[in-house]
Order: sequence, then structure tokens, then C-alpha cells
Amino acid sequence: MSRTSDVLVVGGGIIGLVTAWRAAQRGLATALVDPEPGGGAARVAAGMLAAVTELHYGEQTLLGLNLASARRYPEFAAELTGASGEDLGYRRCGTLAVALDADDRALLRELHSLQRASGLESEWLSGRECRRLEPMLAPGVRGGLRVDGDHQVDPRRLARALVVACERAGVVFHRIWAERLEVVGDRAAGVVATDGTVFTAGQVVLAGGSLSGRLAGVPEEVLPPVRPVKGQVVRLTVPRPYAPFLSRTVRAVVRGSQVYLVPRENGELVVGATSEELGWDTTVTAGGVYQLLRDAHDLVPGITELPFTETRAGLRPGSPDNAPLLGPTALPGLLLATGHYRNGVLLTPVTGDVLAHVLTTGELPDEARPFSPQRFSAARTEQPV
Amino acid sequence: MADDPFVLGGTSFSSRLIMGTGGAPSLDVLERALVASGTELTTVAMRRVDPGTQGSVLSVLDRLGIRVLPNTAGCFTAGEAVLTARLAREAFGTDLVKLEVIADERTLLPDPIELLDAAETLVDDGFTVLPYTNDDPVLARKLQDVGCAAIMPLGSPIGSGLGIRNPHNFQLIVEHARVPVILDAGAGTASDAALAMELGCAGVMLASAVTRAQEPVLMAEAMKHAVEAGRLARRAGRIPRRHFAEASSPAEGMARLDPERPAF
Repeated sequence: MSRTSDVLVVGGGIIGLVTAWRAAQRGLATALVDPEPGGGAARVAAGMLAAVTELHYGEQTLLGLNLASARRYPEFAAELTGASGEDLGYRRCGTLAVALDADDRALLRELHSLQRASGLESEWLSGRECRRLEPMLAPGVRGGLRVDGDHQVDPRRLARALVVACERAGVVFHRIWAERLEVVGDRAAGVVATDGTVFTAGQVVLAGGSLSGRLAGVPEEVLPPVRPVKGQVVRLTVPRPYAPFLSRTVRAVVRGSQVYLVPRENGELVVGATSEELGWDTTVTAGGVYQLLRDAHDLVPGITELPFTETRAGLRPGSPDNAPLLGPTALPGLLLATGHYRNGVLLTPVTGDVLAHVLTTGELPDEARPFSPQRFSAARTEQPV
Repeated sequence: MADDPFVLGGTSFSSRLIMGTGGAPSLDVLERALVASGTELTTVAMRRVDPGTQGSVLSVLDRLGIRVLPNTAGCFTAGEAVLTARLAREAFGTDLVKLEVIADERTLLPDPIELLDAAETLVDDGFTVLPYTNDDPVLARKLQDVGCAAIMPLGSPIGSGLGIRNPHNFQLIVEHARVPVILDAGAGTASDAALAMELGCAGVMLASAVTRAQEPVLMAEAMKHAVEAGRLARRAGRIPRRHFAEASSPAEGMARLDPERPAF
């Protein structure tokens, strides 16, 4: 048994879904294989669109792509809401990154200079000014950065909206695991599902998140170097009498680990996230939850009064340089959209546009050139001494 | 340096720089920094890696041919540290363990009593134990007495970059040591690593100074040179410190260019 399409997307997380939606919009017959479309890391992610507060030394190239995607969000959210009838919880609330002691303050000052040197908008506030904006912050706050351009979206609603938009655009969902890539001659020709069904396609997009490196049948030299990086996240609820509690995303580095609190309009408060290199393990641990709540409590003592709703662990798809792999591989017919690591939700709009462009023209647009998967095949042949 | 090997637990290394992996911005940067550092031995937190995962930090070490030194980071009791060390031996197939038993999360200073207790248990169990310790000469001697293969005193708290706060203690530890003494924690920049070697340390262990630098690869290369320079200086023997100057050029037989006009 065999079914055919122009484009077959392997993986129904937000990256696979946006790729399928955009491809179908361009008139390509598109199918997507995933046992549970709309699942994946987006079910855990907090949904910070933090191009500015997540800036790191040496990642200026990635910053360009992050900013390009952040700029597209308002229009993207409006279009997707129109196409699906779902509200995405897109909120232009801004972010406040604060320091809790003199060491954190020095670190944040350094981030501020890097942000300014990169031409980004970010304002330094005294501890008192921070607490005037967010009265729930701990009295010990020593200063902070106000970044109004770092917004948020609810990744679960984003995933649901993308599933509906795909269905309405005519994407065919095969609700089953892909087991193996089918290569005919020297060309990717489709995938074989776990029940033996073959789905053939002119072009195959591998968008399996952290699982992307594991699909059987992909030749070694084009297998994406993606590893799982575990993140545990806690969800609390802000009861109505406490609202708004926090009016924007609040984050800090506490004893060397990142903690953030993302308040949704519907009262959900997401506290994240650990970062653990523990393979495929998705266990929620006492230590992970303890660390998150302890750090969040240092930042916003009042969280102890909030109802505890959920804990969950997900796997970020990490690449060697923390940047995504977008576009054609050395194997004709096989493209990648994976390795988005900490920025999957943020990079969803630009990934959809880039992949749609490649699938229809065969060319990577300029903005995506630095993120071609081929950058790693070059590095692999050049053995370090 | 071929004529000056660094022997640790029966294995000989030509690099005296031991690297850590914590805090690296990406695996790619970490890999290039490790190459630039020239290290042959690198610590990995047993509790923070999964030995089975492809594409992880362990794959990077494997590809570069760098030996793994498992550590017990994150342990607060001797019991936890012993258990973690045994899991590491199982997972990595090595008896080497960098023993860390931390007293509290604010300072990350070692708990000396738990540390000595764990060291004794692990040595008896056949491990090659490299303990991360306070810069306390008495504790250093006791760790050596229970059979540790090296002493790894801190220069200052982990990640602080404050350098060696008590060089005199380092001298005391080195003078009484029959095993290698390795600076562990506190190095912030190259001069800290060079100073450790000048004081007689056999090696330097660091992570944050490189991984959290603005340009980790450059700092890794700087550290490599600093360790080499400090070691050479130690072997060469420094000159005594003097209160007044002593001219380095001979004063006798100086040419008198113009007897009518003094040079200055």
C-alpha cells in the first residue's frame, strides 16, 4: 500500500506543522506523518519570544534569525487565528530580567552592553523601578532590564491552531510513527510507517525535533546532529483575586540557573525551566521541581500561595551551535527543519516561510543561508588536530 | 612536554590542564575550546549526563580522544558521593573519580568531614580518588594519608574567578604533598593558572574561566600557554625578590661617547 504527495513532513510538532501549513498554502499536495500531531516539545514550552533577553556571546547570527521571526509574529498570529479560529494567547507584554544580588547584577550589566552593542532596545532599571512595575518581586531585587520587545505566545494553543489550519488547508495527516526513510537510487522518496505502509513524496522534510537524528534509513552523512536537552517546567494558576499578580514575563539567573515566570492572560503561570543533558529521559524529578520553585520563590515570594497545576518534562532539540538546521541536505529530496533548541516557538513563523520558499523554489532565502544543514557536513570532514 | 610528564593515577599526560565542561554556551564552542586548550583529561558531572546519548558532550570528548574524568558534582553527603562514584565507574568503565562533596549551594565550598569520609570509602573500594578540597594544609595531608591520588585545593569558590586567595596555603600544601597538587576552582584568567604552576602545582583544573569567557576559544588557548609558562618558570626557579634595583647590564667598560656632554 502506498500513498503519494508532493511534500511529506515527518514530525507534527509546531515546526513540522508550520512547514506543512505553509507548503499546502503554496499549492503543494502535503502530508504529515506523526502519531499525535500537535504534541512534542511545544506541549511543555513556556512560549517566551525572547530574542533580546536570550542573547548570548557568539550567537549574533542566530540573533538575526530570532529577530526576523519575532518581527513576523504579530502578522503570523493574526493570519493563523484567521485560518484556524483559535486564539494563540499572543501577548505583547514585554519581559523584565532582574538581578537578585551584586553578582547577578554585574552579569546583567554585561548582557545590557551586549544588547546595546547589537543595536537592541533594552532599558536598565533600578531595583525600585523594577518593583514599581512588578510589585510582587522580592524586595532584594538589585536592578533589571526592561525589554518591551520580548513577547509571549501559548505554545499549546499555537500547536492546536496549526493542526486546524493544516486540516483546513488540505494537509493529510497520517497518524502513525515513521519508522524508516525510503531512499530510491540516490534520492529520498518517502517513509515507511511502523505498520509497513509506504508514504512516497517528491520531497521529504524531517522535522522530528530531538528525534530527528534517530530516523532509520537516513544516510550517516546527512543525519542531523541533534541531541535531546531535557527541560522540566512547572505550571501554577493565579486565582482571580490575585490577578494580575505579574503583568509581564519576569526572569533571572539564580545561582547560575535560569528561571522565568510567564503569566498568561487566562491565569496560567509557567515556571521554567531546567536544562539537563540526560538523553531521552523525561522523568519529572523532585530535584528539578525543587530547584524551579526555590528559585522562583527567591524571585517572587508570593508564588507559594498559588495552586500547583502541573509538572512536565520535554526535550529540546539541541544542535552543536544551538542554531536550527533549515533546508536541503546532501541527499536530494531530503530537507531538514530541526535543531531549534531553546527557540522553537520563536522561530516557528520564519521556519514556515523559509521551508515554503525552499520547497517551491529549491533555493534557501538569504536570511536562512547560515543555517543550512551543510554547515555540519563541512565541519565533520575537517577533523580537528 | 616530553621530558616533564604529568602522572595521575598511573597514567601519563602531556597536558597539565584539566578542563570542565559546565557553562559552555554550545557544544560547538566547547569542542573548539577543548581543542585550543590542548587538554587530555576533562571532567563530566555524572549526575548531569547520560552516557548512552549520541551527540552529547561525551561524544565530543570521544571524538577528540580526551579521557573522561567523572565527578560527583551536586552531592551533599558522603553517602550520595559514594553512590554516584560507583554509578560513574559502572557507566564509564574507569576507576578515576573527581570527588566533590559540597557543603551548601551558596558558596559551593567542600564539606571537609563528608569529603574525608567519602574519600576513605572510595579508596578502600579501589577508586583512584582526586578530591576537590578546601585550601587547608591539614585536610590536604589527611586526604593524602587515606590514599587519595592527588589533592585538588580550591583557589577560591567555584565560578567566582577570584584566583588564588591564599597562595601561602598552596605553598604549604605543595611542600608536604607526596601526590600531585592541582588547582581546582577559582581561576579567572591566565595569570591565575600561571601562578598556580609557579607555586608548584602539578596541574590546573578549570571550567568557568573558559566556558563563560566572551571568547571561550581564545581563553582556552591562553590557559594552555599560562599552564605551560608557569610550569617552565617553576622549573627554572625564580630570582630572589630584592628591595632595591640591581642593574642587569654590566656597568664596567661602558663606552664614553662624548666626554664633554653626559648622556643624560
